[in-house]
Amino acid sequence: MPSATFQVQRGGAGGGRLETYTTEVAEGMVVLDAVLQIQAEQAPDLAVRWNCKAGRCGSCSAEINGMPKLMCMTRLSDLPPGKPILLQPMKAFPLIKDLVTDVSWNFRVKKMIKKFKPRPPDAADGTWRMAQEDVDRVQEFRKCIECFLCQDVCHVLREHHLFEEFIGPRFFVHVASLEMHPLDVEDRREELKKADGIGYCNITKCCTQVCPEDIHITDNAIIPLKERVVDKFYDPLKRLFGRWRGKK
Amino acid sequence: MPSYDTHTYDVLVIGAGGAGLRAAIEASAHGVSVGLVCKSLLGKAHTVMAEGGIAAALSYVDDRDNWKVHFADTMRGGQYLNNGRMAELHAKEAPERVLELEAWGALFDRTKDGRILQRNFGGHKYPRLVHVGDRTGLEMIRTLQDHGIYQGIAVHMECTITTLLKEEGRVVGAFGYEREKGRFLVFFAKAVILATGGIGRAYKITSNSWEYTGDGHALAFHAGAELMDMEFVQFHPTGMIWPPSVRGILVTEGVRGEGGILLNNQGRRFMFDDIPALYVNQTADNEEEGWRYTQGDKNARRPPELLTRDHVARCIVREIKEGRGTAHGGVLLDISWIKKKLPHAEDHIRKKLPGMYHQFLKLADIDITRQPMEVGPTTHYIMGGIRVDADTQMATVPGLFAAGECAAGLHGANRLGGNSLSDLLVFGKRAGEYAAQFAKENKSVTISGEHLDQYSREALRYFETEGADNSFQVQADLQDMMQDLVGIVRNEADMLRAVEELKKLKERAANVRVTGNREFNPGWHTALDLQNLLTVSEAVTLAALERKESLGAHFREDYPDRDEKSGKFNIVIRKSEEGWMELRQEALPELPAELQHIINEMK
Repeated sequence: MPSATFQVQRGGAGGGRLETYTTEVAEGMVVLDAVLQIQAEQAPDLAVRWNCKAGRCGSCSAEINGMPKLMCMTRLSDLPPGKPILLQPMKAFPLIKDLVTDVSWNFRVKKMIKKFKPRPPDAADGTWRMAQEDVDRVQEFRKCIECFLCQDVCHVLREHHLFEEFIGPRFFVHVASLEMHPLDVEDRREELKKADGIGYCNITKCCTQVCPEDIHITDNAIIPLKERVVDKFYDPLKRLFGRWRGKK
Repeated sequence: MPSYDTHTYDVLVIGAGGAGLRAAIEASAHGVSVGLVCKSLLGKAHTVMAEGGIAAALSYVDDRDNWKVHFADTMRGGQYLNNGRMAELHAKEAPERVLELEAWGALFDRTKDGRILQRNFGGHKYPRLVHVGDRTGLEMIRTLQDHGIYQGIAVHMECTITTLLKEEGRVVGAFGYEREKGRFLVFFAKAVILATGGIGRAYKITSNSWEYTGDGHALAFHAGAELMDMEFVQFHPTGMIWPPSVRGILVTEGVRGEGGILLNNQGRRFMFDDIPALYVNQTADNEEEGWRYTQGDKNARRPPELLTRDHVARCIVREIKEGRGTAHGGVLLDISWIKKKLPHAEDHIRKKLPGMYHQFLKLADIDITRQPMEVGPTTHYIMGGIRVDADTQMATVPGLFAAGECAAGLHGANRLGGNSLSDLLVFGKRAGEYAAQFAKENKSVTISGEHLDQYSREALRYFETEGADNSFQVQADLQDMMQDLVGIVRNEADMLRAVEELKKLKERAANVRVTGNREFNPGWHTALDLQNLLTVSEAVTLAALERKESLGAHFREDYPDRDEKSGKFNIVIRKSEEGWMELRQEALPELPAELQHIINEMK
C-alpha cells in the first residue's frame, strides 16, 4: 500500500516542533483520515479537533502546507505527490496543543453583537410571510459553519492582532445575516463602525478565498455593510440635514 | 485532597446539541441558573449533520395534515411500541416549536405564498418536513445557539462528564474533566438534564462522530436509572460507501424525498419488490405514481423508496447479500434521472440538495446531477435510551432528566426521518421546563470530597495501567465486533458470541495504556469514553438477545416474524445491586381510547 509522510506540529504554547510521521494511504483519503490514523497507530496523544468529517461542522480547521483548510475536505490526492505534507494549527489563535488552538475569543465576540429582533408578525396567527428570494440572500451567510478559517487568514487578526478592535470576517458575515434578515429591525451600523472596526478591512478578499462554504464574504457581506455604514455616517445630504436640525 | 474547580447551578444540562440547547434555553427562561456542558465546541454537536428537516404538521403544503396524522404516522413507523403519550405531545407541540425557531431568527425555505415550505419524507403521509435545502440541522443549532448565548447560560466547552453525583437517592450534580488541561470539574445542581445524543461509535460503519459514545446512557445506568428499547438501533439506509474513507457518512433521505430512486446492479428498482402489509395502502404500485407523489400530486401514493428506514435498509442488505449489489458492496441511489422529467433538473438538484452535491463532488468525485451515488446502510440513531416520564422527561431517578436521542419512548421500534429534530425541540423544552420546576422545589446538596477523590483516581488510573493496547485499538475491535455480530441482521449464536467478546473487551479496556500527559490527550479521552461504549454495547446486545422476534429496526434471522402474542412489551434494563445488567420485559401501557381511535381511523 502506498504511504504518505506528514510533518505535524506538536507541542503546546511553550513552543512547537515538527514531528515526522509516515502512514499508509488508501483511495480517496482526506488529511483528517491520515491524522486520525497516525493518532490511533503512532501518537495517541496527538491533539486534533474534529466532528462530522463531512465539511458541515467546521471543527477540523488547520493549515495544510501553509493554507488554511478543513482537514476533512482536503483529499491527499489534491496535494503535491511524493512531498511531505506540512500540518500546523491555525496561526491567528493562541496555541493549546498540537493542532488545537484557543478559539474562545470568537465565542465572546459573538455575544457583543446585538441579537436578532424581528418585526411584529405579519399574520394574526403570529407568523410571518417571506419571499424565497429574500430568504436566499441571507441563507448564503447562514451556511457559515464557524470554522474560523476566515478569521485565521485575515491579516488584521493574523498579523496585526487587533482582537480588541476588530470582529473579523466571520462576524461581519454574522452581522450581515442579521442586518439583511427579512424580519430583522435592529440597527447595528454604529457598532459596525466603532466597536466592530469594519474600517480596518481593506478588502483583500483573503477570507473569501479560504471559505470552505464558498460564501462571498467580501463582496456580499463586508462591502454592503461598509456601504450601510457610509450611508449612515457620511452621507453629505444627511449631514447637512443634521446640521440644519442642530444635531451632530 | 486535590481541589476541584467547582460550579453550582440550579440546572445542569449535559450535551449541547438541539435537545440540550433547547432545554437550557427553557430552563433559563424559567428564571433558574443554568450550566451547559458541551463535549466539543458550542455549535458543533451532531445536530449540524441533520439534513432533511423538522417534522411538524403545520399543514402549509397539504391542508389534510394535522397532529393526528403525524401521531398515527409516528406510531405506525415505530410498530406501535412507542410511548403513546410522547407521540401525542410530540405531534401536537412540534408546530409551535418550529414557529418559535422562526421568531428566533431561523430562515426556512418558503412556499409561493411566503409560508414555511415542507417536504416529503419516509413514513410521513403528507409533506411535513420544514427544511433549508439539506442543511436544516445547521440552521436549527445555529438558531438555538445564537438565541441561547444571550440568556445568561454558563457554557462549558470541551468538557466531558464521567460520573453523575448522587446523594439522598437523587442526582445532585456531575463530575468530569475539561479537555484543554485535563483538570477535573465538579458541578453541583438541583436538577441534571442528559442530552448526550447517541451511541453510533459502538459500530464500525456509522454516521456519528467521535463524541457519540453513549455517555448519557451509561451515566444514567450507573446512577440507577432505567434504560429501555436498547435493541432498536437505526441503520440509515443510505450512507456513503466509496471511497473507503467516507464510508458511513450520511446521504440524506431528502434525496429520495426529491425523487431519488434506488437501483440494484441490474438497474432494477428493487424497492417495488417488497412492500410491507402495514404500508400497502399508502404505497404507489408503479413508478409514475411514485414520481407524481414526489412532485406534490395529492392523489398519488408515496414511492417505495420512502418506506420506513428499517425496511429500506433491510431491502438494500438483501440485494447486496443476494449478489445484486455494486462492486463496492452497495446499491445505487439516483437523483440524476429526474432530468427526464424536469427541465433544468441539474439546477434543481443543486438548489434542493446543495450539501449532497458538494459532499459527493469533493469526497467521491461524483457529480450527482449526472451520476448515481453508491450507498449502503450506516449506523445512525438509537431509538432506545433512558426511560423517562412522557410529560416531564424525568428519568426513574429523581433529579435526573433526559431529552433527545439519549431518551427512549417517542420512536418505538423505528424512528421516522424528521422526527428527531422535532423530538429535540419538543422534549428539550419540556425537560428544561420541568427540570427548572424540580430545581425550584429542591435544595442543593454537596458531596463529600472523598467521593470526588475516588472519581478522579478512577479517571487517572489509565496513566498507570500496563496493558498492551491503546484505547483506539480496543475501540476499533469493539466496533468491528458489534458491526459483525449485533448489526442489521442478528441471530442468537452471533449475539452469544458478542456477549463473550464483550467480556474480553472489557478486560482489555480496563487496562488500556495511555501515554502523554493530561493536556488535550485524545488517547486518554477515548479510554474514558470506551467504558461508556462497552456499557451501551452490552445493553444493546442483551436486549437484542432477549427480543426473540423481528420488528422495526430489530431483525432476527432466527425469528424473522413479529411475535403477535408476546411482542407487546418493552425491554427495560437496570443496574442490579451487584452491579449487573438486569433485564425485564414490561407490558406496553395501554393506549387511551382516543389515541387508539386515531390509530384505527388512519389504518
